[in-house]
Amino acid sequence: MSKTVPNAVAPVEALPELHKQNKFMKKLIDGKYLLLLVIPTVICLALFYYLPMYGLVISFMDYKPFKGIAGSNFVGFKHFINFFEYKYFWRLIRNTTIISFYSLIFGFPLPIIFSLILNEVQGMRFKKLVQTVSYMPHFYSTVVVVGLFSMFLDPTSGLITHFFNSIGIAKTDWLLDQNCFRTIYIVSELWQQTGWGAIVYLAALTNVDPQLYEAAYVDGAGKMRCVWSITLPSIAPTMITMLLLRMGTLFSVGFERAFLFQKPTTLETSEIISTYVYKKGMMSTGGYSYGSAVGLFNSLISLAMLVVSNYVANKVSDTSLW
Amino acid sequence: MVGKKFTIGWLLRGIFLWFIVFVMIFPLFHMVAVSISETTAVMSGKISFIPKGVNFDVYAKILADPSIYNAYFNTIVYTVVGVAIALFVLTTGAYALSKKRCPFGKQLNILVLITMFFSGGMIPGFLAINWLGMYNTIWAIVLPTAFTAYNMIIMRSFFAAYPAEIEESGRLDGLTDIGVLWYLVLPTSTAVLATIGLFVAVSQWNSFQAPLLYLQDSSKYPLQIILRQIVMQSITESQGTMGESAKGTQFAEDAIKYGTILVSIVPIIAVYPFLQKYFVKGVMIGSVKG
Repeated sequence: MSKTVPNAVAPVEALPELHKQNKFMKKLIDGKYLLLLVIPTVICLALFYYLPMYGLVISFMDYKPFKGIAGSNFVGFKHFINFFEYKYFWRLIRNTTIISFYSLIFGFPLPIIFSLILNEVQGMRFKKLVQTVSYMPHFYSTVVVVGLFSMFLDPTSGLITHFFNSIGIAKTDWLLDQNCFRTIYIVSELWQQTGWGAIVYLAALTNVDPQLYEAAYVDGAGKMRCVWSITLPSIAPTMITMLLLRMGTLFSVGFERAFLFQKPTTLETSEIISTYVYKKGMMSTGGYSYGSAVGLFNSLISLAMLVVSNYVANKVSDTSLW
Repeated sequence: MVGKKFTIGWLLRGIFLWFIVFVMIFPLFHMVAVSISETTAVMSGKISFIPKGVNFDVYAKILADPSIYNAYFNTIVYTVVGVAIALFVLTTGAYALSKKRCPFGKQLNILVLITMFFSGGMIPGFLAINWLGMYNTIWAIVLPTAFTAYNMIIMRSFFAAYPAEIEESGRLDGLTDIGVLWYLVLPTSTAVLATIGLFVAVSQWNSFQAPLLYLQDSSKYPLQIILRQIVMQSITESQGTMGESAKGTQFAEDAIKYGTILVSIVPIIAVYPFLQKYFVKGVMIGSVKG
């Protein structure tokens, strides 16, 4: 391009700018059909992701639906302060963190252990059977899973209640007991997701070079030693990625399961941030701004956790989500 | 591995895995057994996983309940419409964003990525649906979930692997990008379309939170909402002080609940072989960074 302007009549500095503009127009014209194709995506992003993010401004307002955002008053951090001063604030934080912590310390290693055991199975048909059966609950809805657990724990007709009765534990109020909520929550989650969670590890395990095991065996290594020194290091990158993904969701306990298992008598352990947001924002009038503020607080902590865990993983092992 | 067959480890492993199989499959068998057994056997509460007699009264009752079949119909509509819209939005978007030539592609990809890590949350999401006038309509159920970053990234990495030479020759023959996508790329992408279609279908079928928040008329409720009403809201809260006859009634009610749950998961079980095949594939593509 610059060759076509032998004499510097026009200011030289303007040329790269012009060049850039031309290139942009060219890209726009060349990609006009791609631009057309991307429109539905842009609409969806704008309406269902970025409009709600914009809606977060109501966290700093006293939002009145009939006045709209433009007509509502700014109140600064009032709702956040109210939330921090809420008498059960620490109960909410505690319940949310404890459930996600349990969910992590059981839900993370269990699929790994399960896949290690399953990987040892020689018979392909048995392996297939175990996989088929253990993936299945992943496809049931939360309502179905919670419904099943509720029925099995029913005081009069529940099978699990009967089983415990028959071995001498005469407890019947499992669902109404605040001390059982976390256990039931975690067990139902493990029942539903462990088999499915093992998939990625099973795939990673098939990539381990069998020669490594033979060499180790010749050197006199036992089975446990092989698992420790060959298998686990081989699937470590997968483990770290999965751990990262879980860390990011550590503070965002799923709404549905907690909401569905929740009973008025178990609030001491079952009230978590998302169920509280639902109650305050949706079930009581005029709670939009407050509920939105509490939700924003929750999302920001989740985001911070994800960034931190990603940073740590990056330092420790060069693995990163982005 | 170099193991011998009948060792202690082999035995323990076998016991453990058979136990897992039992725990996973038992509820299903139990539900089938209770829901199709003779009423008298059901009322004695002694059925584990072998049905006693055969009796489809429970299913006759379920199918005669207008709220159930109405909800069933709604769920089918939401699922079919939801899948169609999602596939349209995702294929067009993912194809365009898989191309470096796409104007604003870089910026849009970043905007997509952000949605994986941050969202407006429940209340602003609900208000957005209101502002758009979608509250209490089918659109509140099928549109917000049409585009998800995860599904888009899976599709995008699939399209990115499509041979550039073929597309280029298509373009030289005078096809536009839309023509290339329609005539060349899509016919060879049935696997990824099936995968994503099933992803969306299952999540739409099982969706509970969206209808809970966005629907008001019970005539529009999908199956999951009705299922919760039937199964959960009458769980006995008394402390087991019932007489035998009341117990019997409850077992009979249980049969209906189990039947309803089964009816709601039959489609899932019916397509389960495909689900397994394609979902495993999808998880694999998804775990490779997009």
